[in-house]
Amino acid sequence: MTIALYVLAFAALVLSFVKSKQNTILSLKKAWKSFENILPQFLTILLVIGIMLSVLTPQQISELLGSKSGWMGVFIAAVIGSVTLIPGFIAFPLAAALLNSGAGYMQIGAFVSTLMMVGIITMPVEIKYFGKKAAIIRNALALLFSFGVAFVMGVAM
Amino acid sequence: MKWLNKKTLKRYRIFIIMAALNIILIIFFPNIGFNAVKLSWKNLLEMLAVLPPIFILLGLLDVWVKRETMVKYMGEGSGIIGILLAYLIGSAAAGPLYAAFPVAGVLLKKGSKLSNVFIMIGAWSTTKIPQILFEASALGTKFMLIRLALDLVGIAIIAAFTQLSLNKQEKEEIYNKALSME
Repeated sequence: MTIALYVLAFAALVLSFVKSKQNTILSLKKAWKSFENILPQFLTILLVIGIMLSVLTPQQISELLGSKSGWMGVFIAAVIGSVTLIPGFIAFPLAAALLNSGAGYMQIGAFVSTLMMVGIITMPVEIKYFGKKAAIIRNALALLFSFGVAFVMGVAM
Repeated sequence: MKWLNKKTLKRYRIFIIMAALNIILIIFFPNIGFNAVKLSWKNLLEMLAVLPPIFILLGLLDVWVKRETMVKYMGEGSGIIGILLAYLIGSAAAGPLYAAFPVAGVLLKKGSKLSNVFIMIGAWSTTKIPQILFEASALGTKFMLIRLALDLVGIAIIAAFTQLSLNKQEKEEIYNKALSME
């Protein structure tokens, strides 16, 4: 998928360049500006994730989310999922490992869903674009929704 | 140094604080500290690999797509086409959720409907195609499909409620924010 995006971006750039050199340079300037605009938050988020994941180890998470942990476990899973921002290459293997070490599908459902949809760490970036109210409401609704996902997973899996 | 001015320092202050915290960790808890650096570095490389095409496309979109075109396909009255486009843009994306916000900014600037932008954010957060495939291989196809089905509905509901909860003035402020960003 990333390769597809590169191909698309490259093709679009070539097409743009053929049509107008000036506009293409302007596009690239705007691209850099948008990136530089979120760079401070981006770098901060990376450091916060790094520190968080090295303090809170997968073993500790798995102890908290056992299949007998019930709704309390779901709640803890949702909190961990909301406040952390674990990249996909760690998150899914971690979720699979948690299942193997005894976590329940309900808890994993809440964990995966909040991890993706609720972002406390990224809230400052979201507020920058959408304002406080919209950011808080979107995250709160996503959290609520994740409990629904947990419930369905508990019944269906 | 020209780039090292007050404004830059202010923008990067939280980053500098976190970096200092990490250095303190390295001094007192070398294991945790170095592990944190390793994780951050790996994550940074991963992000730098996916972000360039997203921002290049964002720049091209900003320059080439006319406001009227965006309004027609994603603005008020764009109906089902706007909704489908929002799902499509979000799902075809790669990279973390915070990369979606600058894209959202450009869509808003060009006159996309707010609820469509929220749908794009929702899709970006959770129905990204590469992520779904990864999820299926790690947690099973059934788990992935149940979550996907719930998400497709949930994203629309969350977008609708978020839009409804904002009054006219708050919506205008969001558009003004997008317009003021270069």
